[in-house]
Amino acid sequence: MFSRAAYTTGTRAFRAPSFAQGRMASTQAGPGPFGADRKAAIAWFTKAAAGSAILGYGVSNYIATDERIAPLSKALSDSVNALQKKADDLGLKLPFTVAHAFSTADHGLHPPHYPWDHYKPWKTYDHASIRRGFQVYKEVCSACHSMEYIHYRNLVGVSHTEAEAKELAAEYEYKDGPNDVGEMFMRPGKLTDAMPAPYPNEEAARAANGGAYPPDLSCIVRARHGEEDYIFSLLLGYCDPPAGVTVREGLHYNPYFPGGAIAMARALYDEVCEYDDGTPNNASQLAKDVTTFLSWASYPEHDERKKMGLKTLAISTMLLGLSVWWKRFKWSYIKSRKIVYKPGKFDEV
Amino acid sequence: MASAIARTTYNLFFRRSSSYMVGIFASAFAFEIAFDGAADRLWDSVNKGRQWKDIRSKYIEEQ
Repeated sequence: MFSRAAYTTGTRAFRAPSFAQGRMASTQAGPGPFGADRKAAIAWFTKAAAGSAILGYGVSNYIATDERIAPLSKALSDSVNALQKKADDLGLKLPFTVAHAFSTADHGLHPPHYPWDHYKPWKTYDHASIRRGFQVYKEVCSACHSMEYIHYRNLVGVSHTEAEAKELAAEYEYKDGPNDVGEMFMRPGKLTDAMPAPYPNEEAARAANGGAYPPDLSCIVRARHGEEDYIFSLLLGYCDPPAGVTVREGLHYNPYFPGGAIAMARALYDEVCEYDDGTPNNASQLAKDVTTFLSWASYPEHDERKKMGLKTLAISTMLLGLSVWWKRFKWSYIKSRKIVYKPGKFDEV
Repeated sequence: MASAIARTTYNLFFRRSSSYMVGIFASAFAFEIAFDGAADRLWDSVNKGRQWKDIRSKYIEEQ
């Protein structure tokens, strides 16, 4: 019989191979983390790389495409609907709701996806477009919309030089003070001033716009479902109301706006702004530029965030490779050793 | 040859804890400079003409 003492001292009853024996055994079975020799290691890496590439390419291009996902999601929703119908017949209540009454008239027409360049994971904003978009905002939108969280200093190094931003700021007068006799006074704008507000307060804005409040545009892209696509579609989506829809006096029909009736009139027409960099100034170009500008205003960290994210992915990939190697290096000895049981004389208890 | 390099490396960096630490800090410093430089260059070439630094020459006034 084994005795506890015999096992722990391990001299006769059980003999685990020593480190040296393990190494000797493994020279025959295959040393190294990735196989018996260099050829096997190269084969391992080739297979790993080819497998990852085929898997990644296959999943993104052939499996996870709309053509494949759409039937799957339809099959899923069909089966859930059938389940719901069965439960209704039996008088049961399922712990989830399936039917959504959705009306584009109430919720707004869903905007199409536009191929924004800055949606690609490796692309920054087009800063020339931000600059043109600021011009559109300044000449058109700022008549009614404030941007109280965007300051002139934010433009420096993004779309304008410091001298240009100072000049832009100085075009407006800002209230400051009190001075040394306790009076408020007007002074030209500085880099630290926000975009000038068109109305002194919300009540004044509502009174001037038939009761509708033009929202602040500082974070408007973040704040709207559909983001850039919604803003772009809304700006260009004005049309005549369909038959049977009446729009109240002072409102305008826009299918992308929830409810369909929007107080803002169409503002962007061909050639309402004159670009100085030679870009065509048709309405869709103006809308694209101002949407890019508003997107930057909502996500000013966008460029840096993407660059940092890609660097993080690169470093993490290296660390993943290193950890795979390290694990296989440590385990190669354990995986290639043999444990041999040699029966011998046992100490009787 | 390879073993000579390995032996020199071992004697220079791994033999003593002090030189090991110095080696770690120095290689971390060198790696960060090299990695950041390479990543920034790649980023700038992918985004050529899109960033402010690419268009600022059109608007900056010579002093």
